[in-house]
Amino acid sequence: MKYLEEFRDAGVARRLLDDIAAITTKHHVLMEVCGGQTHSIIRNGIDRLLPDHIEMVHGPGCPVCVTPLETIDKALEIASRDGVIFCSFGDMLRVPGSGRDLFSVKSAGGDVRIVYSPLDAVKIARDNPDREVVFFGIGFETTAPANAMAVYQAKREGLENFSMLVSHVLVPPAMRAILDSPANRVEAFLAAGHVCSVMGYEQYFPIAQQYGTPIVVTGFEPLDLLHGIKMAVAQLEEGRAEVENAYERAVTREGNIPAQQMVQDVFTTVDRNWRGVGMIPMSGWALAGAYRDLDAAERFTVTDIATVESPLCHAGEVLQGTMKPDECPAFGKECTPRAPLGATMVSAEGACAAYYLYGRYEELETAR
Amino acid sequence: MTLDSWSCPMPLRDHPTIVMGHGGGGQLSAELIEHLFVPAFGRGELADLADAAVLDTGGRVSFSTDTFVVRPRFFPGGDIGELAVNGTVNDVAMRGAVPRFLSVGLVLEEGLPMAELGVIVESMAAAAAHAGVTIVTGDTKVVDRGHGDGVFVNTTGIGILPDGVDIRPQRARPGDVVIVSGTVGDHGMAIMSVREGLEFESTIRSDTAALNHMIGTVLGTGADVHVLRDPTRGGLAASLNEIAKAADVGILLDERSIPVDRTVAAACELLGMDPMYVANEGKVVAFVPAGDADRVLEAMRLHPEGERATVIGEVTATHRGMVAARTPLGATRVVDMQVGEQLPRIC
Repeated sequence: MKYLEEFRDAGVARRLLDDIAAITTKHHVLMEVCGGQTHSIIRNGIDRLLPDHIEMVHGPGCPVCVTPLETIDKALEIASRDGVIFCSFGDMLRVPGSGRDLFSVKSAGGDVRIVYSPLDAVKIARDNPDREVVFFGIGFETTAPANAMAVYQAKREGLENFSMLVSHVLVPPAMRAILDSPANRVEAFLAAGHVCSVMGYEQYFPIAQQYGTPIVVTGFEPLDLLHGIKMAVAQLEEGRAEVENAYERAVTREGNIPAQQMVQDVFTTVDRNWRGVGMIPMSGWALAGAYRDLDAAERFTVTDIATVESPLCHAGEVLQGTMKPDECPAFGKECTPRAPLGATMVSAEGACAAYYLYGRYEELETAR
Repeated sequence: MTLDSWSCPMPLRDHPTIVMGHGGGGQLSAELIEHLFVPAFGRGELADLADAAVLDTGGRVSFSTDTFVVRPRFFPGGDIGELAVNGTVNDVAMRGAVPRFLSVGLVLEEGLPMAELGVIVESMAAAAAHAGVTIVTGDTKVVDRGHGDGVFVNTTGIGILPDGVDIRPQRARPGDVVIVSGTVGDHGMAIMSVREGLEFESTIRSDTAALNHMIGTVLGTGADVHVLRDPTRGGLAASLNEIAKAADVGILLDERSIPVDRTVAAACELLGMDPMYVANEGKVVAFVPAGDADRVLEAMRLHPEGERATVIGEVTATHRGMVAARTPLGATRVVDMQVGEQLPRIC
């Protein structure tokens, strides 16, 4: 089909792989920021087709994975209450909180609904004036405009039974945190194409300059990824550290300005805890003052939340690229998609899930 | 036995209550069968874990049951009635039997419009006539409003097994080729697109169809068919993983050769789903010796539901119990079973 087959062409991929091999003279560590890119890389076997010198490490760009445990526990608590309709993207339902997930809340009688857009939750609020409707507003800059729009609409309509549990996170502060870490090995970034389609890529220039790190805006299809990798490797080999765009069909330098304006109106930048990573200053969005009355965390006073993270889970190191999923001692043993210890093993964008679903090569090779 | 004295078998303890994933056709469904139903109901014919049981009652019969709870009840390409007939006809046919008789159990919710029931029943009659089966017994119960979801349908079917036919998952063996009778993922994406009000360049239609006539033609060629499976819930990936485990063989797919309708591919891409895990209701996966592949393909293509039949992979003596795929770029990856239901991703 159009837009898919063209970006999965094996012949073109072969040529790009040959080009990358031809320009590579030494070991390079590249990080793809977004979990969607991670899944595409592992699912298509791109990491195994690249020259041995090119090492891909996987970034923090899995919204479900970095949503703090205390926020998930708050969600579980709110969703369990009588009279609440709790709406969420499907991916969030299987993420383990301290001991249970939204699916368990649903099977225990909670009204938990999967929606495809926050605006669906606004409609549910409109249709159910006697119920409190809460939307779980998480994600990176990509999902923020639609979430902002839902809040804006609910406010404008005076829908008093609608609120949002917000835990938005931002890519650039996370990239800085990774580069600031003493354990960092990342030499170049493939920036997340979808985030850039909203935000543009001007915000990456200071990072590239300050840290001397090449940043290439990259898409998600196999050829997009190979194109981005090639540009990043070329920069490293030539000693350049620039911001380049390998995803021109979707991303412009300034991004989607009306979307950015909507986000700026509704959200304000705050410090944010990242699950497994810790607090990153000014790395999240919360509802701005004028919309604070739509904040579910304030509307439903949720107290006494004691969070318990499994001591066996190394998701934080995986999210920061200092550990590969299959290097984790619990990978495939105590931790599987069937019984996950951390969110990275559950989400459709989690690196551990990608390795487990597509990448157990060793098991393939050693199975009888 | 009381609720307190019942001891929950090991893997089921993780979920003290039933969750949606227990019906999703993935690992949770498989665990429920392995650790609850099979130990409780005995190992006999049930333990084959095929789509239908084969019973020796003088002559051999194939016997299967299925329950249908689809929402919405009417969808592009079919309705719950047609689905319930075709689904059980197909399960019975997956052992190589000729489906003959069906029972129908209806659970109706108080308040269901009579016209809806009328259309569903007419549709069941038409599907039965098309498949050449007779509905010979039935039952109806009505539950209070709010205690059902309009209509639930159970169908049970019996088919006659010709002499010499032995088709079951355990017969897959290295050297077999894997054939699928057409595009995968149509039914699941048709349901999802109406349920969520998603619109695409063309309407995605369910592939619901009775496959017994096509299977009859395939068996009529004299091909030594080892396995037939209809990849419903859990999709192609779940069926192939079940077969790899049952026969203790490896399966290697060529990902590029798996047929997917372009609108279905676009819908899956949009929602972050993989067509290999999406339900089908009118497709069969066949395992046959490589030498028989051509005549099986020709036989399938004689029927509209098999027009796009194609070879998608082979059975190997390596990586036993696992399914792998060669990716479009030429790498190899694992194709695992889903845990529960496939969930749309966030962005």
